[in-house]
Amino acid sequence: MFGLSRGDLLLWLFVLLLVLAAPILLNPFPESSALAQFNGGYPDLMQRFLIFGIFAIGFNILFGLTGYLSFGHAAFLGAGSYAAVWMLKLLTINVIPAIIVSTLVAGILSLIIGYISLRRSGIYFSILTLAFAQMSFAAAASVGFVTQFTGGETGLQTALNDPRILDTASTTGNIPAPSLFGLEMRDSFQWSVGDWLWTFNAGYYVCGFVMMVAFYIAIRITRSPFGMMLKAVKSNNERLSYTGINPKPYTLAAFVISGMYAGLAGGLMVAMDPLAGVERMQWTASGEVVLMTILGGVGTLIGPIFGAGLIKYFENIFSKINESLLHQWFAFLPDGVEDFFVAVIYPFVGKGWHLTLGLSFMLVVIFLPGGMVGGLTSLYRRIFKKSKQAN
Amino acid sequence: MSSEKKRSQLPLTRRSVLKAGAAGIAAGTAPMIISTKAHAYLNEPKGSSVTLGFNVPQSGPYADEGADELRAYELAVEHLNGGGDGGMMGTFSSDALQGNGILGKKVEYVTGDTQTKPDAARASARSMIEKDGAIMITGGSSSGVAVAVQGLCQEAGVIFMAGLTHSNDTTGKDKKANGFRHFFNSYMSGAALAPILAANYGEDRVAYHLTADYNWGYTTEEAVRTSTEALGWKTAAAVKTPLAQTDFSSYIAPVQASGADVLILNHYGANMVNSLTSAVQFGLRNAQSNGKNFEIVVPLYSRLMAKGAGENVKGIFGSTNWHWSLEDEGSKAFVKSFGTKYGFPPSQAAHTCYVQTLLYADACERAGTHDPCGVGEALEGFEFDGLGNGPTLYRAEDHQCFKDVLVVKGKENPENEFDLLEIVEVTPVSQVTYDASIFGGELGTCNAG
Repeated sequence: MFGLSRGDLLLWLFVLLLVLAAPILLNPFPESSALAQFNGGYPDLMQRFLIFGIFAIGFNILFGLTGYLSFGHAAFLGAGSYAAVWMLKLLTINVIPAIIVSTLVAGILSLIIGYISLRRSGIYFSILTLAFAQMSFAAAASVGFVTQFTGGETGLQTALNDPRILDTASTTGNIPAPSLFGLEMRDSFQWSVGDWLWTFNAGYYVCGFVMMVAFYIAIRITRSPFGMMLKAVKSNNERLSYTGINPKPYTLAAFVISGMYAGLAGGLMVAMDPLAGVERMQWTASGEVVLMTILGGVGTLIGPIFGAGLIKYFENIFSKINESLLHQWFAFLPDGVEDFFVAVIYPFVGKGWHLTLGLSFMLVVIFLPGGMVGGLTSLYRRIFKKSKQAN
Repeated sequence: MSSEKKRSQLPLTRRSVLKAGAAGIAAGTAPMIISTKAHAYLNEPKGSSVTLGFNVPQSGPYADEGADELRAYELAVEHLNGGGDGGMMGTFSSDALQGNGILGKKVEYVTGDTQTKPDAARASARSMIEKDGAIMITGGSSSGVAVAVQGLCQEAGVIFMAGLTHSNDTTGKDKKANGFRHFFNSYMSGAALAPILAANYGEDRVAYHLTADYNWGYTTEEAVRTSTEALGWKTAAAVKTPLAQTDFSSYIAPVQASGADVLILNHYGANMVNSLTSAVQFGLRNAQSNGKNFEIVVPLYSRLMAKGAGENVKGIFGSTNWHWSLEDEGSKAFVKSFGTKYGFPPSQAAHTCYVQTLLYADACERAGTHDPCGVGEALEGFEFDGLGNGPTLYRAEDHQCFKDVLVVKGKENPENEFDLLEIVEVTPVSQVTYDASIFGGELGTCNAG
């Protein structure tokens, strides 16, 4: 089916089902309950799940298959974002050119950076990519010539008087919102059932469509002879060279593909919310995608998507729990005990969410070397084995 | 079992999948395009409460200001809901506020961290609007963030009440119909400060600018430069410094060699604390240049910065939007209720955020609706008094407040740890008023989502 094996197809369909049903699955708690705080089913966060899922899938093609650890993928995410904003400013508010051009621009940038960085491997490769990314960040943030195109630390936005040569001038006196042939990305359809409220957002499903295509391509790449070659690079690069195969074209191709995935993610981010900030290019953003991939499971197909979802959930939900909310939750306890619980939990939520993330990352790396997906697989095997023995 | 066999067993064909997919897409898109906008405006409060979004920096170089802003917001919410002593609600010239929330609905709030980054601030504001149903977003302690979030609020269709943002851009080049600013701006700082500087330091000075590298830094540098040069000063150089910079010694070292005799620090928050400390450590304050005493100027000053920089601020000139030592009834009432609740006087950031919350609530009451367009109309051209800055106008053309500007100086002999700035002059509003069109930009029309 579509060139996929049965297992891969089922995996793809499983992800498709998750994506389609996410607005419902991510809002498990009724609106008026205290647990509604943990609902993640609002458009902004759901879009982020998918966009960073794409970013992580692409990163995994490089890191998971070839083992080359790039610390510079934020540069491609940022370059894609800037390219997309410029398309929205100059060409049209339709998101399609923005998404295509962002992917191409990131591809060109990754070809240049990859060509140079791939002269080395291992830690030297990582440091080179990090250096290039930091250079791009510094240029975008504060080099006078470049900041004309990036807006520096103020960021780049669309404006009312942008040319947008393909569009007719705005008549409403407002900046047009990014749209797909008239369907605005921020448009939503809300469905309330009892005390539950589900939001089906246009932009989210556009992201979902793009991610499913990206995921399909990633599966095909992984299963292809080209993917085998990439895995060979990871398992023994030297032996590959001794058999007379030059691994560099393969690794460079993988680097460019993953760079294009990052650019695509950047373009989608802009399509959903037309602003590009320079911190998108900072090394922390590069580090984040590494965390996502490792947390979910390096080299697995679906792991990076889960990793991205988990980190974005922590970032957006845990970071918003403030002290007064904690007091509200523990109000049923006697005063002293309440204060104690709040004092213990508070450092791990709110602006301390990084601490929780760090702890869970440590736990995963120590106890589940294969990431979340690795853990689930071994759990599944253990149960399966036991039931077999019982038979 | 071979994989071939596995494939053939699957009850799916290419055709059936395509069919199912098309049906799914049709089913999915139909309601989306209809996009039922049943509400009159976005996040119309339907229950007994109304939610405001307080989006402040809780980390990064402006975290101190953010923490103080949050305190002010909590105080304002308490007062709006009828708690506490009512603060400035008692001295406010408009008496529409009843102390029963906004239009009878209890005020609730959500908080977020802008991290002083436009991207993060927008994400946080978006989640407040989409997840928590916030009807108004306020806060920010950086113009980069304010411009980004103001743009978002305009697109989404909620009101943005800017917190501490001082760049001309916020109500100039990047002004928006849904955005309103009470705080003063770079132009006003320059216009108020230049005459005082010329009177104290003479008219033949050479200035060296260190400027935070984003929109606020640019407009502040430009405003101070233009207004001092008009009085005869020269500018030796203007150097941009990254916002995240913490060590300024490499920027301070070349200052004296440049032939300048005044250093102007277009820095705010922790940036200013670090650069000023560095300048003092390099001995600039005791230095002589061109036969004159070397001087340092900080165009935008706050008590929190003065506290951070300690001894170093003594005698240094700057401008500020408000100071707790003001003796009018509004300021006294605010300082009293803030002091009672938190044990120390509020900063100018806290003041402007508190005032903005009250102004928003008052505009809702006067308009009789939470509809952003109605609220915007009520704010445009609104004249008020009793909120600490004397008679003030919310100008309709650019949504900027016009009021007197304070020129302050680091106090030589502070009486206590809060008594760090003394007011040198209150520059009358007529001296800092400018034509609304000089910075370009367009308001556009109000958007109710």
